[in-house]
Amino acid sequence: MKPVTKIKSKSLVLPLDDIDTDQIIPARFLTTISKEGLGKNLFYDWRFNSKGSPIKTFVLNQDESAGCEVLVSGRNFGCGSSREHAPWALLDYGIKAVISTEIADIFFNNSLKNGFIPIRIDEESHHWLLSNPGVDILIDINELSIDIEGFKKLDFYMDPFSKYCLLNGIDQLGFIMNHKNEIDNFEKKL
Amino acid sequence: MKTLFDKVWEKHIVVEETINTPSIIYIDLHLVHEVTSPQAFSLLRQKNLKVRCPNKTLATMDHSIPTTPFASLKDLVLVSDTPATRQLVQMEKNCHDFGIKLGGISSAERGICHVIGPELGATQPGKTIVCGDSHTSTHGAFGALAFGIGTTEVGHVLATQCMLQRRPKNLAINLSGNLQKGVSAKDIILKIIGSIGVDGGTGYAMEFRGSTISSLSMEERMTICNMTIEAGARTGMMAPDDTTYQYLIDKPHAPKNDQWDKSLEAWKTLVGDQEAKFQKEVAINVSEVKPMVTFGTNPGMVISIDEAVPEPNKNDEAFIKALDYMQVEPGKPLSEKKVDVVFIGSCTNSRINDLKTAAMFIQGRKVAKGVRMLVVPGSESIKKQAEKIGIDKIFKESGAEWREAGCSMCLAMNGDFVPPGKLSVSTSNRNFEGRQGGGARTVLASPLTAAASAVNGYVSDPRIFLD
Repeated sequence: MKPVTKIKSKSLVLPLDDIDTDQIIPARFLTTISKEGLGKNLFYDWRFNSKGSPIKTFVLNQDESAGCEVLVSGRNFGCGSSREHAPWALLDYGIKAVISTEIADIFFNNSLKNGFIPIRIDEESHHWLLSNPGVDILIDINELSIDIEGFKKLDFYMDPFSKYCLLNGIDQLGFIMNHKNEIDNFEKKL
Repeated sequence: MKTLFDKVWEKHIVVEETINTPSIIYIDLHLVHEVTSPQAFSLLRQKNLKVRCPNKTLATMDHSIPTTPFASLKDLVLVSDTPATRQLVQMEKNCHDFGIKLGGISSAERGICHVIGPELGATQPGKTIVCGDSHTSTHGAFGALAFGIGTTEVGHVLATQCMLQRRPKNLAINLSGNLQKGVSAKDIILKIIGSIGVDGGTGYAMEFRGSTISSLSMEERMTICNMTIEAGARTGMMAPDDTTYQYLIDKPHAPKNDQWDKSLEAWKTLVGDQEAKFQKEVAINVSEVKPMVTFGTNPGMVISIDEAVPEPNKNDEAFIKALDYMQVEPGKPLSEKKVDVVFIGSCTNSRINDLKTAAMFIQGRKVAKGVRMLVVPGSESIKKQAEKIGIDKIFKESGAEWREAGCSMCLAMNGDFVPPGKLSVSTSNRNFEGRQGGGARTVLASPLTAAASAVNGYVSDPRIFLD
């Protein structure tokens, strides 16, 4: 995993609550054995009509969304399936962080293991972000802060271990493997 | 004073969590399927790692496998060389290369991962169980600590038999009373999700307690624990009791002889202490629960069958979008909705008792004209049991299709799907937009409600058919 330190981007707003992982990447695109190339199917059923043409009214298909790396979504983003294809698809598309008041547990954990940044914030700031799409946002992992143009700079929480792994590009498997002796001893007692 | 969760969790801590690092938790059983594991096996190859405990790893093919009959994977490749088929071929190779036993195409032990774990007796009280699938909480019905994980974590568990976890908070769901006729376990869990919301359990381990549980079969308990993720909780648990032990005693992977007695002694300690503290508690009197049906596009958008679709709040964009997608109107009941497809199956409701319930209802009746009804047993073993007692014939005579085991129409990645715009009454667990196929509209319900809807041709209350 590459280190992640800062993300600077205009915000992309998808205000719906409870966006589930079947919307992020529908199951029919999970018949892959690799992590690559999922971005083209991100939000497929919202981006494209039944003939495969882009739906112009959907935010990702609008010109001002091009290049946006920070998604602001309604409450409870990423609920549903445990598919890690959801953060893979977002990253492959070019989105690097999601901001909401609530983010579903499994999606949250999967995201951090891939360098995708899930951020939970307070309702007031969230409301402001939803009402002001396209603002400049600077996410600083070292400071655990979000600087929002025209609003304020606020802190967010991330557990210290995930922060350390993100900043240093460390794969969490190495941490478990460093405790081989403890695992061996645990198994002996079974 | 400890919760059931505390007791199982604490027995599996390899390294305690600190402010800076999560716990390392030992995993007793790892279920693996073809969709969420290929990239994990790639990681192992890349890092030149082995699977640490192949004997604690149980592999199956369920998600992307067709439910039409075929003799072998080679035959399938010949007729249908699709990405889904290639995923199955890769699964066979991965299991072969890493020495994992696979319940493959021709295996009598193949089935949906959350169906075969219990029926083989690999699922046991007090175990930690993980799988790259969010419905792993199903196994919590046995007093196991079971949760869904992502593919990176599948790789961690394959390589180390351990995973990193922060301790969740505890949520008690206290169930009292007895179910009314025509109402089932599925209705209980839909009621719970409707009450606490699709994120009501986020950050929590859910523990079911109360007098109702002892009256429920293992199948019913599994249906309830299966859908805890739909309320955001990563796991759901119930303390084991005599029903649990009776279910397990003759299963192939269950402990035998002296080992059984020893295990039983340990399992009997797996009850949450009466005074254990929970950060949140919810009480449900199940005798007040009626048959439940979803009207929207997540499992929390649910009503009793005799209720009308609620009015949306003006600013609730997601709610308005859901009603529009589902083509339902506020103020009207779902019973006016014509049904196109009925699906009985999935890790929620594909066990022998689910099929029996639906079959008993449908016996001597016919699936309504214009309705396609698909019955998909959860495993090869269930299929065989059902055929032995003639359940397959009952369904076929009524006009339903009887299929091979698999996830099937629950997630539409295996050839079974609901056509765009069509309405499905489904015993599965998710009614998300497009879940059962692009544009498909899903109403989640119990096997009994699904069977009644198939016969009536409209979303139907099964109680009107019962004496």
